[in-house]
Amino acid sequence: MSRQPVIVGVADAPTENRGRALPGTHVLNMQRDAANEALAEAGLTMADVDGLAVAGMWGMPGPGAMQPNLMTEYLGIRFPKYLDGTNVGGSAFVLHAGHAYEMIKSGVCDTVLILYGSMQKSQAARSLGGRPALFSNQFDMVSGLPSPAGAYAMAANRHFHDYGSSRETLAEIAVATRAWASMNPAAAFQEPISIDEVLAAAPIVDPLGRMDCCLVTDGGGAVVMTTEERAKDLKSKPIYVLGHGESASHVNINYMPDMSRLEVAERSSQAAYAQAGLKASDMDMAMIYDSFTITVLLTMEALGLCGRGEGKDFVKGQRTAPGGEFPMNTNGGGLSYCHPGMYGIFLLIEATRQLRGGLGERQAPNVNAAVCHGTGGVLSSGATVVLSNQKP
Amino acid sequence: MAYEKPVPAVDPDSAPYWDGAKDGKLMIQRCKKTGQTFLYSRQLVPGVDDSQTEWIEASGKGEVYSFTVARRPAGAAFQGDCPYVIVSVTLAEGARVMSNLVTDDVDAVCVGMPVEVIFDAVTDDLTIPKFKPA
Repeated sequence: MSRQPVIVGVADAPTENRGRALPGTHVLNMQRDAANEALAEAGLTMADVDGLAVAGMWGMPGPGAMQPNLMTEYLGIRFPKYLDGTNVGGSAFVLHAGHAYEMIKSGVCDTVLILYGSMQKSQAARSLGGRPALFSNQFDMVSGLPSPAGAYAMAANRHFHDYGSSRETLAEIAVATRAWASMNPAAAFQEPISIDEVLAAAPIVDPLGRMDCCLVTDGGGAVVMTTEERAKDLKSKPIYVLGHGESASHVNINYMPDMSRLEVAERSSQAAYAQAGLKASDMDMAMIYDSFTITVLLTMEALGLCGRGEGKDFVKGQRTAPGGEFPMNTNGGGLSYCHPGMYGIFLLIEATRQLRGGLGERQAPNVNAAVCHGTGGVLSSGATVVLSNQKP
Repeated sequence: MAYEKPVPAVDPDSAPYWDGAKDGKLMIQRCKKTGQTFLYSRQLVPGVDDSQTEWIEASGKGEVYSFTVARRPAGAAFQGDCPYVIVSVTLAEGARVMSNLVTDDVDAVCVGMPVEVIFDAVTDDLTIPKFKPA
């Protein structure tokens, strides 16, 4: 019996009006509805779920500190055998998929539900300041570093210095991502933009302008994983999870060993490729956490999609846009589709949809393998999974 | 007028840094075994688990490792400062320190720019080591 882990269900919560949750939605029923939709894709129900992974910023201080317990209660899951509340920032859900892989493969549990929800836009919960000057953040909060954008801006300036990348490099990423969003009816921003518009957008933290920064939206999603064997009886086309990896290096950007090199992603992706028995050059597309345009530039180099410092050539001339040579962030990303604060689950959702096929004009051509990489904190943690529609 | 910007939650690891600043000294930690200097003031040198560390006064000279110019403030208390510069400085001793760079010409700041420490006594209890172009 093959205990090869597969993804059999995905769903993202609907939003309207530039990323607001629908009327009558709150952070719990949003997750319930996404979970039921993802389970229904496969022909499963909540009664099949025996593993639960969830992360978010809701309900804190308070019951949100124990989200796996709370969602077990709210969803009526009967005594799950695997609980995961790992929260290392927006990468968390990619880590969860890796952990779920091991739990499913080793027989601890059979069917894992990965969940996320956020009402941050409706609750106007985001700002650039107001974070406590605690521990290693004593120094940057005292100095007024806008957070998290300022930390990413520092990485960008260092990358520009070390490798000759530029604001134009970053604008290529923003424009290509928006072009994908224009084909995603669920995207908060679908109007195409130009390089010049990105360069002329309001400056936030040099060298990052408004269009280099992710959206602030509500949103949520669900991913269901089970065994290849179980998937034989299910309705959806299974997508194989072939490998995973994770790492972390710091909380404060000042303690990132080399700000122009995303070593956590180098390490997590190397682990994921090795487990999958594949190489970076085998990847047909990438879903990369785009909290900021610079996040993508650093990550694509770390994932080995190009050499270190070669990202500026990799993205030049809209190579990652629809019709380009390498499809990337095909849902429109955190830059243009949605960014509810912890975006990582949407990487898994979109890669699964692309690998299943049939997405119409948004469908990337000839994709058999995809790499998903989530970043958490300020380039602090990283997690990679390799997915495929081909039986290993 | 009251000081409305964030103040550090000083802890046993960071107290010598902030106490030193009040005396006009930029304090960093050094591993007695390897000579490596570092901040923030963790008890253990990264990667060295059996070492002892000591506090030393840094020269206050260094160069910009990276930086950003904040065109939008980190909260209302910083609104009046915009645009202002946050720098990560590699000190001559090797440690990397994050603070503000005080300058009238924010557009001239660049990676590699030589800087030196200044001390800004923002309240009776808090002096912040900052930097200026050297």
